[in-house]
Amino acid sequence: MRRMHLSMAVTIARYTLLEALRNRLLWLLIAAALGAVGLAGFLQELALTESQQLQAALLGAVLRMASVFLVATFVITSMVREASDKGLEMLLALPMPRAVYLAGKLAGFGILAVLPALLFGGLALALAPPDQAALWAFSLLCECWIVAAFSLLCVLTLQQVLPALAAATAFYLMARAIGALQLMKQAGATADTLGQHVLGGGIDLLRLLLPHLDRFTRSDWLVYHGGSGADLLAIVVQTALYVALMAGAGLFDLYRKQI
Amino acid sequence: MAAPQKPLTAVPRGVWLLLVLALLLNIGWQASRPLDTARARALPPAPSSAALQLAALGEPVALARLTMLYVQGADEQAGVSVAWRELDYPTVIGWLQRVLELDPRGQSPLLAASQVYGAVGDPTRARLMLDFVHARFAEDPDRRWPWLAHAALVARHRLHDLPLARAYARDIRLYATSPQVPDWARQLEIFILEDMNELDAARTLVGGLLDSGQVTDPRELKFLADRLQQLQQQQQNHPTGR
Repeated sequence: MRRMHLSMAVTIARYTLLEALRNRLLWLLIAAALGAVGLAGFLQELALTESQQLQAALLGAVLRMASVFLVATFVITSMVREASDKGLEMLLALPMPRAVYLAGKLAGFGILAVLPALLFGGLALALAPPDQAALWAFSLLCECWIVAAFSLLCVLTLQQVLPALAAATAFYLMARAIGALQLMKQAGATADTLGQHVLGGGIDLLRLLLPHLDRFTRSDWLVYHGGSGADLLAIVVQTALYVALMAGAGLFDLYRKQI
Repeated sequence: MAAPQKPLTAVPRGVWLLLVLALLLNIGWQASRPLDTARARALPPAPSSAALQLAALGEPVALARLTMLYVQGADEQAGVSVAWRELDYPTVIGWLQRVLELDPRGQSPLLAASQVYGAVGDPTRARLMLDFVHARFAEDPDRRWPWLAHAALVARHRLHDLPLARAYARDIRLYATSPQVPDWARQLEIFILEDMNELDAARTLVGGLLDSGQVTDPRELKFLADRLQQLQQQQQNHPTGR
């Protein structure tokens, strides 16, 4: 029975990946890479000094944003299309636990995230030492996994492209800004009014709930080569915890669906 | 998989007409519009450090680089070249300060301050930049000493302020104590005091930087070579005694 479930999850993952490839995702990633290289090369020509550092920093930042955008958009549109085609209903009607369906989907999206990590990691290799480029690429993979898991949860809950995409975007921006928000809160004056207390409490709550994506895939690893094993460990732990949390929330939602 | 398509002849003539007409009208409209005239815009005040940190979304190094390009663009705006003497120097310093706060290990703001904005003919503005370089040197002497060395040369040969140049050179000797700092940098006071002209002093400094491997960036090398050539031409046009 367990083997059959595993085989079903693998099949779901395989078809998810196949759909991504048929959607020309790989071509989009290559186009993003070429665009980023062109932009960074152009801006590098304007620099007075540190031109290679400028190229590395901008390339890292642009490729990171492109990866996350493409992965989140694909996850959301693919899930909505499946629901519209009644594919979701058909799969959930099969004699398998809903957890198998979600595991298959997560695995498919997870393998899909390997594409930008490998492709863009290869580009990073031209700009930084192998260990730093590998850390950056692995961190990008983990970041894409978290975004894919959150996007999957959004689309299961909201069931529409626009709200799911808006929620995923807001989540991602907040997760990347939470470190700066926390610093601003600490640097600010002591909270006097009720409003300040509420805002401060809100930031503290977000700090506890959100993954700190500002510590992931940092372009300064490509520029100053300061990434370490401690960074890697923190990223692995954060990713494992957050993907598990998102999978749990997704399952919670999926088991309550009247399908 | 691309869906099979009918031949172009399947498109009604009216649709062709609409498409071509709309395209021609659009081109005509754009061609009839007057071209934007280039107008120099003043550099706005630098945003707060907190606002930039928030805008960086965890990528302060990348934002620092982009911000530096933006500041550089203030004197070379689309189609208009703004003389450095017309720039609001306190505002420029504010921006350079923000770039350094975003990326304290970055060198471009200090290079721009000492070599570009500090080379302005107006002594008041040049002093503002040199003071900025000097103040920022104190935060990280072992990494930032080359820019204070350039500032010392500007103070000596452009501002003709020997005490200021000596003070800068002395600070390099006292605070840039890392083994990576070459001996000649710590002896900068000597050739500040020597009766050396600006070109020779700059040659000595740039040569020393190259020998010690401090400058490797090709764009920076070109920039420094151009500066030396400029000095050489100036000296040929207005030969001065030693």
